[in-house]
Amino acid sequence: MILLWLILIPLIAGVVAWAVARWSPSTSRWVALVAVLIDFVLALSLWTGNFHAGLHTWFEQADWAWIPQFGIRFHLALDGLSLLLLVLTFFLGILSVLASWNEITDAVGFFHLNLLWILAGIAGVFLAVNLFLFYFAWELMLVPMYFLISIWGHENRVYAAVKFFLFTQLSGLLMLIGILALFFLHYHATGVYTFEYQELLGTTMSSTAEMWIMLGFFIAFAVKLPVVVLHTWLPDAHTEAPTAGSVILAGLLLKTGAYGMLRFVVPLFPHAARTFAPVAMALGVAGILYGAILAFGQTDLKRLVAYTSVSHLGFVLLGIFAWNDLALQGAVMTMVCHGISTGALFILVGALQERIHSREMDRMGGLWSTAPRLSGAALFFALASLGLPGLGDFVGEFLVLLGTYKVSIVLAVLATVGVLFATFYALRMVQRAFQGPNTHDWRVADLMPREGLVVALMVVALLWLGLYPRPVLDTFQPAMARLEQLASGR
Amino acid sequence: MSVSENQLIALLPLLIVAGTSIVVMLGVAVHRDHRLSATLTFIGLAAAFASLWIAGPAAPLQVTPLLMLDRYALFYIGLIVAASMAFVLLSYGYFERCEGDHDELYILLLVATLGSAVLVASSHFVSLFLGLELLSVALYGLIAYRHSRPLPLEAGIKYLVLAAASAAFLLFGMALIYGALGTMQFGEIVVRLARADFGRWLVLPGLALIVTGFGFKLAVVPFHLWTPDVYQGAPAPVTAYIATVSKGAMFALMLRFFYRSGAHALSPVFIVFSIIAIASMIVGNLLALLQNNVKRILAYSSIAHLGYLLVAFQAAGDLGPTAVTFYLVSYFVTTMGAFGVVTVLSDGSSEAEDLEDYRGLFWRRPALAAVFTAMLLSLAGIPITAGFIGKFYVVAAGASSAMWALIVILVITSAIGLFYYLRIVVVMYGQTSESPASVSRLAPAGSLVLAVLAALLVWFGVFPGPLLSFIRNALAGMA
Repeated sequence: MILLWLILIPLIAGVVAWAVARWSPSTSRWVALVAVLIDFVLALSLWTGNFHAGLHTWFEQADWAWIPQFGIRFHLALDGLSLLLLVLTFFLGILSVLASWNEITDAVGFFHLNLLWILAGIAGVFLAVNLFLFYFAWELMLVPMYFLISIWGHENRVYAAVKFFLFTQLSGLLMLIGILALFFLHYHATGVYTFEYQELLGTTMSSTAEMWIMLGFFIAFAVKLPVVVLHTWLPDAHTEAPTAGSVILAGLLLKTGAYGMLRFVVPLFPHAARTFAPVAMALGVAGILYGAILAFGQTDLKRLVAYTSVSHLGFVLLGIFAWNDLALQGAVMTMVCHGISTGALFILVGALQERIHSREMDRMGGLWSTAPRLSGAALFFALASLGLPGLGDFVGEFLVLLGTYKVSIVLAVLATVGVLFATFYALRMVQRAFQGPNTHDWRVADLMPREGLVVALMVVALLWLGLYPRPVLDTFQPAMARLEQLASGR
Repeated sequence: MSVSENQLIALLPLLIVAGTSIVVMLGVAVHRDHRLSATLTFIGLAAAFASLWIAGPAAPLQVTPLLMLDRYALFYIGLIVAASMAFVLLSYGYFERCEGDHDELYILLLVATLGSAVLVASSHFVSLFLGLELLSVALYGLIAYRHSRPLPLEAGIKYLVLAAASAAFLLFGMALIYGALGTMQFGEIVVRLARADFGRWLVLPGLALIVTGFGFKLAVVPFHLWTPDVYQGAPAPVTAYIATVSKGAMFALMLRFFYRSGAHALSPVFIVFSIIAIASMIVGNLLALLQNNVKRILAYSSIAHLGYLLVAFQAAGDLGPTAVTFYLVSYFVTTMGAFGVVTVLSDGSSEAEDLEDYRGLFWRRPALAAVFTAMLLSLAGIPITAGFIGKFYVVAAGASSAMWALIVILVITSAIGLFYYLRIVVVMYGQTSESPASVSRLAPAGSLVLAVLAALLVWFGVFPGPLLSFIRNALAGMA
């Protein structure tokens, strides 16, 4: 029941926030903030409440018949992996509401409606264990995201929003075909209509069919992740979105793609995934290098951060398809840490844009002298992004590299080169934007207390993940063990 | 041939609609009053809708060789009558703002509704043709109702010429089938087709001609040429009626005809329908991209939607008809809603059809823009709308029969479709220089219809279970 509330609270609060904004925009912000806080606390209480019991698979469930004619159930279930990503979702949700406190002045109510509905959709994606419900939630989060970009975005917002929507919708429909094909294969094999994840695991099918269906799922998740070749929507969407939109895109939406690979692609289609793994890993490495090189060439700060996402998510893809203990741990750690570090960078760039109305690095330089707190924070997260030991990102990428080394030395070496590139783009960003002489004579306000709080929370989270990742690893470890067992069980 | 009491009960919905048209006509002869005519029509339609529950227990019942009143027919009659009620409420507000007399509109509507109801209940070529002509003739009048204007008049004449030609095709096709099989009764056609001693060279051309006639009414490619002009020229509520009732009744009839005769399993027919479906999906979606007129965009989008329906229509087993029927219900709700928004925004002098008329609508009328957005998203098949479940069902039906090529084309073209729905949405949420002071109040009846349709849209999109069982029940009753 508590799982249903996790989704319902943002949905209802979104409508309330829309309704009250007519009288008082600031009430609307508070409604949104309180709703996400409640969800965050609920998720934390689920975490602490079950932590010592070992967080075995599906320790919390909610299940109702929905469309019985088709074996469609409203079935939510929680394991350690879902829980971790839920906590991340609501954590970044709180920060997104806070980050847009001053940025958004038009249609405040509608903005928060969209923001909260995206969070509800993402929570639904992480919780659904019925494939129909999963697809429903998957599609549900697109529309509010589209509005978020196309109404409150920057100059080229409509183009970016439509591109985002078309890419994700088309790939989503391919997944729908895959889901239905799996559904009918299962029906022909057993005579039972069901979309339940647990029951569809281990469906017998020919290897050709398995490969095709797997590709349908893979493409949908690859667009979100994004895998190079299918990534072209990402720089546009991230750059044009308002700060909260960029934070949610980078921090959460991309993770739904990775989550889909972990939860569905490999366990449902283990043989096809094994055959396909070399290709996927090569794509991951290509993403790492490509994203890093392009990030190095950007002058738009937001675009730069967007390309670093392509690079970091390449590690996630590499880790998932290397499919051993270390690599998987690394992939999940990278997912979480990337959500925080990149989210923080987007918040800082957003704060900067509010002040100087530009994202061009040529127009910056020497900002350290006038806004030391902001610049220092940017340096911190840039270092996190390049994988400085002691911070979360390092743990994730290091584990991925170790895991990959067991599978393919060549790919591990190439991916390590990507880490090297990260140093170039991260330090170049800090140098050009914040250090050096203040040639443009900027005098800007430093971080406000509200912004400072947001940044401080993220710094603490990253330090914790970097220095003492044990509790987090323990949280998702049982879930990952179960997934590995599913994928190798036959 | 005598008609028993039970048969009269089964016929009750049709009789009430027919009776109402006479009452309204007499009413107009005594005293012309727009409000009175609209009210009488609405009451008559509501009574016809209510009488479905009286007729229900009598079903299935063959009334004369012409009409088959089974649960399937009653379901579609209910859908048609409900759509007609929405039409009355929408057009009252719309025509109230136009010059001229409006009472005949309702008589024509009732006749068209009667024709559609006959169509979905027919089990014989004669009643098929009778229903079709009742519908078509009334539609000529409805399309060109604002005859002092050039566009509606042009649209009316275009429709008249093409509808007459297609009726001729249909008649010729029926004649050929009669020539080959010696019967015009759907049930008999099934039996004789199974015997396989018929003249195939007569039946197949006959079916081809019948498909041509059907195709015209459904506006599928390549019989779609009239659609954009008529959609644009006709008054907005009439466009809604053509898009929903006229097409829906025709599709219901086609479903019954082909399922009872089993003719769509013949491989040449299957190929023809596949080609029509593919062409409709591609042409409809691509041409919609090029339009700047909302009514024309919706016209091309409806061509594409009929293509999707044909994909489900081809699927074997029970899944096909269920998918078609669910999709039609959601298509009725969505299309009525979309044209309903166009209707309430139009005034006597001009239709709100240019994309620019919608610029910044969200900032002027947030509720109306939200409804239109919901309708467009439903057309695009996005969750929590009925269109999502409909599209899901259609793809499921196609997948169950392993028609992968058709489904992949459906998926790709519907992604193209998304592009022009989003274009309208983008315009609605765009900023406008117009001051919000110029907002006038909407017609209350129209707003009510839109609110109900939006509620249904979400209801069917979130809890489709009850409707699905209802539809399965109705289809199981197809006698």
